[in-house]
Amino acid sequence: MENNSGPLSPHIQIYKWQFSSLLSITHRITGVINVTGFFLIVLWILFLSLGPEYYNFYQKFLRTFVGKFILVGFTWSFVYHMFNGIRHLVWDLGYGYEIKTANLSGIIVLFLSILTTFFIWII
Amino acid sequence: MVQFALPKDSKVIEGKFFKDKTNGKNLRKVKIYRWDPETKQNPRLDTYEVNMDECGPMVLDVLIKIKNEIDTTLTFRRSCREGVCGSCAMNIDGVNGLACTKSALDIKDEIKVYPLPHMPVIKDLVPNLNQLYKQYQSIEPWLQVEKKSEVGDKEIYQSKQDREKLDGLYECIMCACCSTSCPSYWWNGEKYLGPAVLLQAYRWIIDSRDEERVKRLKKVADELKLFRCHTIMNCTNSCPKGLNPAKAIGSIKKMLVQHSKDL
Repeated sequence: MENNSGPLSPHIQIYKWQFSSLLSITHRITGVINVTGFFLIVLWILFLSLGPEYYNFYQKFLRTFVGKFILVGFTWSFVYHMFNGIRHLVWDLGYGYEIKTANLSGIIVLFLSILTTFFIWII
Repeated sequence: MVQFALPKDSKVIEGKFFKDKTNGKNLRKVKIYRWDPETKQNPRLDTYEVNMDECGPMVLDVLIKIKNEIDTTLTFRRSCREGVCGSCAMNIDGVNGLACTKSALDIKDEIKVYPLPHMPVIKDLVPNLNQLYKQYQSIEPWLQVEKKSEVGDKEIYQSKQDREKLDGLYECIMCACCSTSCPSYWWNGEKYLGPAVLLQAYRWIIDSRDEERVKRLKKVADELKLFRCHTIMNCTNSCPKGLNPAKAIGSIKKMLVQHSKDL
């Protein structure tokens, strides 16, 4: 049987996304985005050190729609990752594993992340 | 490296169409993953039209009807037909479950049936679960006590409170729905033990009668064996017995901290 093994059954292609698995993969993706996001800050400091012309150019870019989108997106990504990180810490303490609780905490994290992003950019 | 795409010989192609011959009015399309080990061709997705007016309500009823009346070559595991044995675990409508306890009426449109995900297929809906059974064996799922002479001579008493700790764990039927729903187990199944085996590991760790708690904890305290769980919770979402493997894994992680001095 072992050396005569058949095909691999379909997995990610057919498995229905669950709310919990979507939040989980979002946590990982935002983690990666955050790393590149910090690159933006480094770039900002770099342009700052290169002189006012470069700095103004960078500022101008960030004021365009694309620039704003990137900034707001990064803010949300950072905030989501942070709130969901807290959710993970609560799990590590042994709480919140029931499906209902986990779904509720997921909704709270999503809601808080959007709300916080909104307030950061209003202020 | 994680491989998201299926290997070339595992890609699923469009299969045969079995039109209803009974002039049924209440027809449902059922799409089923098929692979024949004798032809060595790629797996295919066959479509069956099933007359639901003459069929039981469960997905297993549908499969048995197809095997009996439409296509006898269809192969699947089944036994108890009441959610006790775990044989008919498969991927139904995108989520793992038991065909015998999953109602076809709960599924909209076509009923899609695949074998348990990311497993080598033996035939059609029958996966090869040897890896999982080996991992199960590795956690030594039996009672371990030092004074072996006393075992069998006398009952080992257990308080009501200690017995309650096994609730939600002993009910597991090892159907493998949870483990094969777990993306972490898909990508690291050779090393990560997966939810089913870890729930069983916890079932013995927490048993007050067992004397090898520290040994058992040491055994699973491993970055790959245990900590590949990222609380994705596909396991708990899919368990047909309503158990919570994610919680059991979380409990092991917590116990490792509590017993850190002994480890």
